[in-house]
Amino acid sequence: MRHGKYPFVIGFLFAPVTLYVVFVIAPYAQAFQISMTNWRGLSAPQWVGFDNYRRLLDDGSFWKAVQHHGVLLLALPLITIAIALFFSFLLNVGGKSSGGQRQGVWGAKFYRVVFFFPQVLAVAIIAVLFQMVYRPNESGLINGVLMKLGFDPVLFLIRPNLALWSIIAVLVWQAVGFYVVLFSAGMASIPGEIYEAAEMDGATKVTLFFRVTLPLLWDTLQVAWVYLGIAAFDAFAIVAVLSVDGGGPDGATTVLAMEIYRNAFVYSKYGYASAMGVALFFLTLTFAALTLRLTKRESVEY
Amino acid sequence: MNPQSTLPPTPAALPPKTGDPGAPGGRGRKGPRSEARLFTGLGHIALAVWAVIVIVPILWTFLAAFKNTTEIFSSPWTLPAELRWENFGRAWTTARVGRYFINSVIVVGCSTFGTMLLGSMAAYVLARYKFWGNRAIYYLFVSGLAFPVFLALVPLFFVVKNLGLLDTHTGVVLVYIAYSLPFTIFFLAAFFKTLPSSVAEAGLIDGCGHTRLFFQVMMPMAKPGLISVAIFNIIGQWAQYQLPLVLLSNAKDKWVLTQGIADISVNAGYEADWSGLFAALTIAILPMIIVYAIFQRQIQAGLTSGAVK
Repeated sequence: MRHGKYPFVIGFLFAPVTLYVVFVIAPYAQAFQISMTNWRGLSAPQWVGFDNYRRLLDDGSFWKAVQHHGVLLLALPLITIAIALFFSFLLNVGGKSSGGQRQGVWGAKFYRVVFFFPQVLAVAIIAVLFQMVYRPNESGLINGVLMKLGFDPVLFLIRPNLALWSIIAVLVWQAVGFYVVLFSAGMASIPGEIYEAAEMDGATKVTLFFRVTLPLLWDTLQVAWVYLGIAAFDAFAIVAVLSVDGGGPDGATTVLAMEIYRNAFVYSKYGYASAMGVALFFLTLTFAALTLRLTKRESVEY
Repeated sequence: MNPQSTLPPTPAALPPKTGDPGAPGGRGRKGPRSEARLFTGLGHIALAVWAVIVIVPILWTFLAAFKNTTEIFSSPWTLPAELRWENFGRAWTTARVGRYFINSVIVVGCSTFGTMLLGSMAAYVLARYKFWGNRAIYYLFVSGLAFPVFLALVPLFFVVKNLGLLDTHTGVVLVYIAYSLPFTIFFLAAFFKTLPSSVAEAGLIDGCGHTRLFFQVMMPMAKPGLISVAIFNIIGQWAQYQLPLVLLSNAKDKWVLTQGIADISVNAGYEADWSGLFAALTIAILPMIIVYAIFQRQIQAGLTSGAVK
């Protein structure tokens, strides 16, 4: 790497770095600055120190959103990982073993392809799809059946204590396939002899799962938890499109991203919205650090 | 890289073992075999149920796209009485789904191309050249993976506005590229590092310039990695909703597909064109099924490439 190295290096880095600094780094830096002002977009911003953050503490919808992130943060990874683990175990080691090769159940390939598909669709499109599925009258997919059978329709998105769970269900619906594929890759790298030896000692499928698969898959599970946790801190597209008037009914499904969007682009409270953005940033960071710390354990070498 | 390639061959030819009279369970002893069969049996049911849960809403949408509003309300579970192709015509032109679709293709085409070009250039230089500031620039890019986009949303809006790029495709494309760079560079830099340096040195000795070396030797060698990241970016950028919502809000003829269809749905009042909306959804979903059916392995590998290292 001799002659003319620096012109080449600079030439190759100039465009990407410029673009990145202008559209990513500069906005992130400005967000902290704007969050300390009362800027509404028209007159020059005035410095107000931590006022926006103090107002956050008294803001009911902010705390509602934080609370919903808490629910999402527990429910989304727990449900998704549980279902995905069960399925990927079936698909990879659930079947009988022949000649030392672990095999999945019959049709494993088909299931893996079908389960993964929702991952390819845009969340906004899925949200519209489930708006149809959840419709509260006979035109909805689920209520159409219920009403034919003589039941009352279930108001999935309208009942405040059901709305958030209806949304979580959609997120799980989309995510499971991705984690089935992810865990399958992890399980495929566990040597078959370990299962073989365990089965010789009389281990059942359930024992195999809890004593062999789960411990050896720990690193992958950790990655999955962080991914799903980060998804739980976003959830903008699904809430904005699927829920009743953006985070409703009456704020029952709102999330921070929704509140940021509303404060900034509906009420033009740019300073306040930025303060929420900073709060979201620190929540995400705390979560990631905590997860990595709490789930830290010695990985098993094999 | 490909999670599928390491899996044992799937036993598609093996029928499920049910009702085997010669099994040791017949001896009246509840051995691990009968328990295993129960587990597998329940597992089969669970798998089939989940497959139905995934397929039915999509299939139901396709059917409803051919119905009229009366049918949608009176018989949501039957086949359409006739194939009303005009629903698709209405969705494509009146509801402007055609316009949105083409916009999405233009935006994602340009931004993915830009992301791959700029991302691989930066990743290559950062991975294979020693120079002052290399690590600093690398970590600057990779740190972008940790930030939620929502933190930057307000200032980003004004950056784009001040550049006069608000409500333009150029603005959206540049922003997509900028926000796709961290992952693209993170992934490709690791990939370029694994390529043998003997080829590069031979090229340089033969008088091949750095730039030609990159485009004619290193890029072709990095093809598997480039394909994975390109798929990751195409699907991610195609699914983008919040950025176009903020950056294109006042130019309805420039909207992308996600934004357009969400808008039809959110603003659907009492006199909504339900069959048109179902047709619009079908137009959005069907191409993805076709693409997925063809590139299923590559897509699964590409999307999980971020997690499987």
